[in-house]
Amino acid sequence: MTHITPTKLEAMRKEYAARLTQPHIRHLFICGGTGCHATGSLKVKDALHEEIAKHGLEEKVRVVETGCNGFCALGPLMVVHPDNVFYQKMTVDDVAEIVSEHLVHEKPVERLMYKDPQSKKRVPLFSDIPFFALQKPWTLRNKGIINPESIEDYIGREGYMGLSKVLLEMEPSQIIDEMKASGIRGRGGAGFPTGMKWSFAAQNDSDIKYVLCNADEGDPGAFMDRSILEADPHAVLEGMTIAARAINATEGYIYCRSEYPLAIKRVQIAIDQARSLGLLGENIMGTGFSFDISIYQGAGAFVCGEETALMRSIEGKRGMPIPRPPFPAAQGLWKKPTILNNVETLANVGQIMLNGGKWYSSVGTENSKGTKVFALSGDVNNIGLVEVPMGTSLRSIVYDIGGGIPKKRKLKAVQLGGPSGGCIPEDHMDVVVDYEEIAKVGAIMGSGGVIVMDDKTCMVDMARFFLEFIQEESCGKCTPCREGTRRQLEILERICEGHGKPEDITLIEELSEMITASALCGLGQTASNPVLSVLRHFRNEFEAHIFDKKCPAKRCPALVEFKVIDERCKKCGKCAAVCPVGAVEWQKKEVAKINTEACVQCMSCYSACPFDAID
Amino acid sequence: MSTLELTINGKGYAFTQGETILDVACRNDIVIPTLCHLKNTTPTGACRMCVVEVKGARSLVASCTVPASAGMEVQTESPSVVKSRKMNLELLLSSGSHDCLLCPASGDCRLQDLAFKYNATGKRFERTKPKYSPDVSNPFLIRDFSKCILCGRCVQACKDVQVNNAIDYGYRGSDAKIIAKCDLPLGDSDCVFCGECLQVCPVGALTLKKARQKPRICETEAVRTTCAYCGVGCQMNLHVKDNVVQMVTGADAVPNHGSLCVKGRFGMQFINSPERLTTPLIRKDGELVPAEWDEALGLVAEKLGTYKAENGADSIGVLASARCTNEENYLFQKFARAVIGTNNVDHCARY
Repeated sequence: MTHITPTKLEAMRKEYAARLTQPHIRHLFICGGTGCHATGSLKVKDALHEEIAKHGLEEKVRVVETGCNGFCALGPLMVVHPDNVFYQKMTVDDVAEIVSEHLVHEKPVERLMYKDPQSKKRVPLFSDIPFFALQKPWTLRNKGIINPESIEDYIGREGYMGLSKVLLEMEPSQIIDEMKASGIRGRGGAGFPTGMKWSFAAQNDSDIKYVLCNADEGDPGAFMDRSILEADPHAVLEGMTIAARAINATEGYIYCRSEYPLAIKRVQIAIDQARSLGLLGENIMGTGFSFDISIYQGAGAFVCGEETALMRSIEGKRGMPIPRPPFPAAQGLWKKPTILNNVETLANVGQIMLNGGKWYSSVGTENSKGTKVFALSGDVNNIGLVEVPMGTSLRSIVYDIGGGIPKKRKLKAVQLGGPSGGCIPEDHMDVVVDYEEIAKVGAIMGSGGVIVMDDKTCMVDMARFFLEFIQEESCGKCTPCREGTRRQLEILERICEGHGKPEDITLIEELSEMITASALCGLGQTASNPVLSVLRHFRNEFEAHIFDKKCPAKRCPALVEFKVIDERCKKCGKCAAVCPVGAVEWQKKEVAKINTEACVQCMSCYSACPFDAID
Repeated sequence: MSTLELTINGKGYAFTQGETILDVACRNDIVIPTLCHLKNTTPTGACRMCVVEVKGARSLVASCTVPASAGMEVQTESPSVVKSRKMNLELLLSSGSHDCLLCPASGDCRLQDLAFKYNATGKRFERTKPKYSPDVSNPFLIRDFSKCILCGRCVQACKDVQVNNAIDYGYRGSDAKIIAKCDLPLGDSDCVFCGECLQVCPVGALTLKKARQKPRICETEAVRTTCAYCGVGCQMNLHVKDNVVQMVTGADAVPNHGSLCVKGRFGMQFINSPERLTTPLIRKDGELVPAEWDEALGLVAEKLGTYKAENGADSIGVLASARCTNEENYLFQKFARAVIGTNNVDHCARY
């Protein structure tokens, strides 16, 4: 077979650029991420094709289904290029109007444009939407722009040029030096320097070595890896191939949970395409270097994101962590030297090679370089995928990019790092995205899940939720994690049910100390973080539950008694309308009254009251 | 070559590359408690009972898995270590029905020993109700999951020692359970009932089926002997009380190093069987009736003599028993060859 050459890659890039800048041709980048698929983007896409055909515009308009655009809460969404117009929450019924008004009569449809949650005004241009404008898309540089199922699109965006440079111009040791110079640290959460990890595996001689990609994303509220794989799968393949070259590996696996069918489908297409162009497989680019990648589907155990458990799972064994040492760099998959990197880390590698480690390290803080992708969710206006430079404050992520808290409520805390992380209260919102700075306030960078919580969140209940998750996902092997977290959960359940005992806080702390110090793997060692961080920042809430038998946020049904504050009540009757058990007594022009005997503490009235008159 | 040395509890000890902290400690008679450690298998680090404090380490380390390194300063009973072990024991003791009064393993139970040593009662937490009912479906052993501490020694024994791979961990979190196949009764799984798991269980989760209300192993005297079933010559201990064999364990010696098979471990009831013959029996008028040895031997000699005279020596064959000693078997073949005059000699161990 003829091997693809750098010249050919460059030609493909130019061809793509020319395609995008062709005069009088419009591109409709419709989001095809899992979120938008769920809200109906595929139907909208089909309708667009039909409508375009009806108007005979096939030659002038190209519909491109991209990966996740990032603004998941507003799907199905679409960007019109080169007009720079963003449409949100489209339905099949909107399509005719978009085509006839915008594409035929050149009048963009204002009612489908983004509405700023604060000013309530429509924002006509995509690049003016703060959610996008304040981000720095490096890892996500191709999201919403390319068709993830087209290798030509990826190459058009400088894809595989990093690999080409590595194979034709660099020694393996230089690759590692560049990675070290970039300062990039593991984006899975622990933040181990990637260059260092690679250098350990490179030093170990072996006939077989492996490069693994950890796509077993399982934190509640995290969808960074899924979105990257769905939007830009080739970036991960390129990163893995470069890593393989650096440590002289011949085989790679992408360990992806089977709950991500779209990501798996697109990665498989990407693998097939890369193989067909000789960018994967035997004798890549004619350099004599061979490397191939397979997908291994995990069955959805959270613990399989732990490196040793992940490797056991690929080996066909039960996914349970084993003690380290030996570390995977010496004895990993099938006892061969192995490196395991997160999806996000690997997606950056191609660009680092192309532009140099120095380029990457030009952004960030002293010890945390580059950008970080976060999945922003919870009580925030702009839910979606965001990428910011290291050093950005959490306040900026929540308010500037995230658009603040809905319904004018107050921010209470932000949960970072999922079940291994912690919550950061409102008064620490100026902490910047940096591995060490975040650790100082009792959370961890984690893989990127950011859950925003407003003042209606009960922090004790939040800690209970994460412990429940950990307890269900513990592999059951080591005593501290299996039994210790079960006891912690029991205590928290007891507290939330109003049966907390004075000694419970001490007992939780004692258990936390023991579990953290003696659990076998990272899952257990960090399992107490959520509850410890709540104890650190919201101890008073714990005490209110235990001693006053009250849930200040009114989330724990056993500790809540709702009543109407007469002076605030505007007699609108919304509370009575939503009450499912008829426990609210209300008559026109009368203050409502809650019958506490009949009330089932469902909170419907509490949430429905526009005047905060129910407490 | 310089010797490698680490200190344990302030005293220096030499070690060789590849030894774990636990190896060095054991070699020097320093007791570090373990529940999951199983000799000659890959350490799993599951129970976290063997944690020790190493100067400069981020957290406590499991001595069974961490290799000794030069200059390492180890404390095996520091306050934080003791605190962690005690909490660990509290968690284990409250996780099931560890009622020693009715447990056949009482007196031979590591959990009991450690609870005593570290003053753990299991009363800090509410006792968990048993989630899984015991598996009593086979004739050999009872699997009482309410006493299982999930140390995984049985899994190691099945996987690494006997290489049967019949059992493994199943389910997750506090639902975890040692299962056979897809959580089937042992008899319906790949289990061959070698009983290796029974022997390594450090608590009373795996016990002999006939051990209930019988003398506990700690009340018996171990009598070392050689298995009488086949020619391998496995070394075993018969646990005897009142001249009755209560239980059999493999002895840690060549050739079996503690392992036994289903026959050796569970097939020794014949020793005390009331159905055992105590006198010879001679069939008279279709009935087997007790006889004197002289009468019986005389009858055998007479019949053998007749057959040999009528049909030749090779019409007679001799089948010896594996339950006889080497000397007895030697004599028997001598009898066949020298007295009867035939080479038709065989042995049950061949079948």
